[in-house]
Amino acid sequence: MVPTMLELKNVNKYFGGLHAVSDVSFRVEQGTIKAVIGPNGAGKTTLFNLIAGNLVPSAGTIIFQGREIQGMKPHRIAALGMARTFQNIKLFHGMTALDSVMVGRHVRSRAGFLAGMFHLPWTWREEREIRDRAMELLELLDIAGFADVEATSLAFGQQRSVEMARALAMEPKLLLLDEPAAGLNIYETAEVARLITRIRDMGITVLLVEHDMSLVMDISDEIVVLSFGEKIAEDVPAAIQNHPEVIRIYLGEDEEAVV
Amino acid sequence: MKYTKPRAILCLAGLVIAVQVLTRVTGTQYYLTQLTMAAYYALVVIGLTVLMGYAGQISIGHAGFFAIGGYLSAALTTHNLVLFADRPLVLLLDRIGILVRGQDIYGEHLITVAPWAACLLALVAAATIAFLLGIPVLKLKGHYLAMATLGFGTIIYRIALATDYFGEADGISEVPGFTLLPGIGPVPPLVVNGDFGNRVQNYYIAWGVLIIGMVLLLNLIDSRIGRALRSIHGSEEAAEAVGVDTARCKLQVFVLSAVYAALAGVLLTHYNGGLGPSEASVMKSVRYVALVAVGGMANLWGALVMGVGLTFLSLRGVFGSFDDAVFGAILILVMLFAPDGILGLQFHTLAARLKRFGAGGSHDA
Repeated sequence: MVPTMLELKNVNKYFGGLHAVSDVSFRVEQGTIKAVIGPNGAGKTTLFNLIAGNLVPSAGTIIFQGREIQGMKPHRIAALGMARTFQNIKLFHGMTALDSVMVGRHVRSRAGFLAGMFHLPWTWREEREIRDRAMELLELLDIAGFADVEATSLAFGQQRSVEMARALAMEPKLLLLDEPAAGLNIYETAEVARLITRIRDMGITVLLVEHDMSLVMDISDEIVVLSFGEKIAEDVPAAIQNHPEVIRIYLGEDEEAVV
Repeated sequence: MKYTKPRAILCLAGLVIAVQVLTRVTGTQYYLTQLTMAAYYALVVIGLTVLMGYAGQISIGHAGFFAIGGYLSAALTTHNLVLFADRPLVLLLDRIGILVRGQDIYGEHLITVAPWAACLLALVAAATIAFLLGIPVLKLKGHYLAMATLGFGTIIYRIALATDYFGEADGISEVPGFTLLPGIGPVPPLVVNGDFGNRVQNYYIAWGVLIIGMVLLLNLIDSRIGRALRSIHGSEEAAEAVGVDTARCKLQVFVLSAVYAALAGVLLTHYNGGLGPSEASVMKSVRYVALVAVGGMANLWGALVMGVGLTFLSLRGVFGSFDDAVFGAILILVMLFAPDGILGLQFHTLAARLKRFGAGGSHDA
């Protein structure tokens, strides 16, 4: 059996009276691409924030590489090997693309305050490694030419790439992608699809939230469908496409469809 | 010539020597006194720059940390412990060798804490207070953090003003010199004090401390932790997501900047031979913030130049009785027209901002 990278068991999240995520359980197997889809307000981003530690579940268990992580701070979860991108890109204002990706090496390096202040010799090699690795990733994502440009001033697609490079710099075991194709045209979307499969082939498990059905159907190994915070289906793409409940929530009620 | 860190530091050191030689040649050595004091104040400003400009965490309470350093070392090195000589604590302090004996001008016996031990205690106290204050306060952001640190500054000011031990409104005077290195053979001792004949030496001590402080901070901002601090400023959520322990980083840099302020307080107090409660006042904290802002926020060199330059002018009395008003006005003008600091200002952007301001537009975020 393929080992489990991430497992959610009966995860719930309430915001006051709103039941944003309700009893959601699923597994993400190592080395696969799993997608979470659902209409707006289905609780997809909330689910991501629960997994990454930005929100604490009201009930339920989240297990990452055999360890319970619910309630842990995001930076600790990140250090365990989980990276993420954000739906509305979050880059560091005032930092160049290269510096931003170098921050991604934070958990893979260790120079502290005093080592930094005294510029200790052993940190020189570490710095060089951080820089080289960051540069490689910028090249991989075709943005090496913008290494010294302030990341927030780049074009939208390039900002996405910087964010992706930053996440990959962490050498994660699991990568969470929150709508990686949002705002991209069909060519760029196809590019992202190729990139995600490439990331999977590098041995990184991918969990993505996406609106773009074509992207999800093409690259996912398995799909989870959420509606109003509940899991209504979980299957391979071909089966999801023909799932009556999924068709209903995506295309509307029968009567409406007739009208 | 391309900017490199060692080159810039060498230029600064050269400039420091050139200024001293110039004052000697022109017979204006009295300037050295204010240049020495300005260097110590600039030490507070560069420490605060790393906290505010790079890590993005404001503090309107840094005069409080300066005062903790200054007042503790002043009180410990001046209060006579003769009456308590047989108390266990004093005996213990004596045993570990941190007390000094002497006589005051009336020939009375004096037992006080040695300056190096007082300095160490003051720095540890400032670091501890910053740590304990920082844990709850650094959870706050923006205005809320500003107000909380303002509250801290106010408390320290009132303690200085209302405590007999700290001399109430009179402050503490007759603080002895601080011998950094004893004299060896023909080499004279290195002493921080305000003696007339020691002026040149003290100028170099102050600038030496400032340059070392500057090198350490320049190294820091170029390091892994420096990048982490800037990432916190950029987006705290994204910084957490790449594994930066934002709470810990913020706390560490807060403590570091407090230690810089406290060290400046200790050394300036020994140099001046005393200090008063105005050093702890909120206006002083506001002044440090203004100097960080006018230096360009995330710009250590700007902070150093502005910190030394404007403080020097202020100490020379150029601003007269409008001293505090000048720093208030600087803060307003910088925020309106040059949020990147004076040195980062280019003429055409200034012209554009002035025009927009004249047309009734508002400053963009």
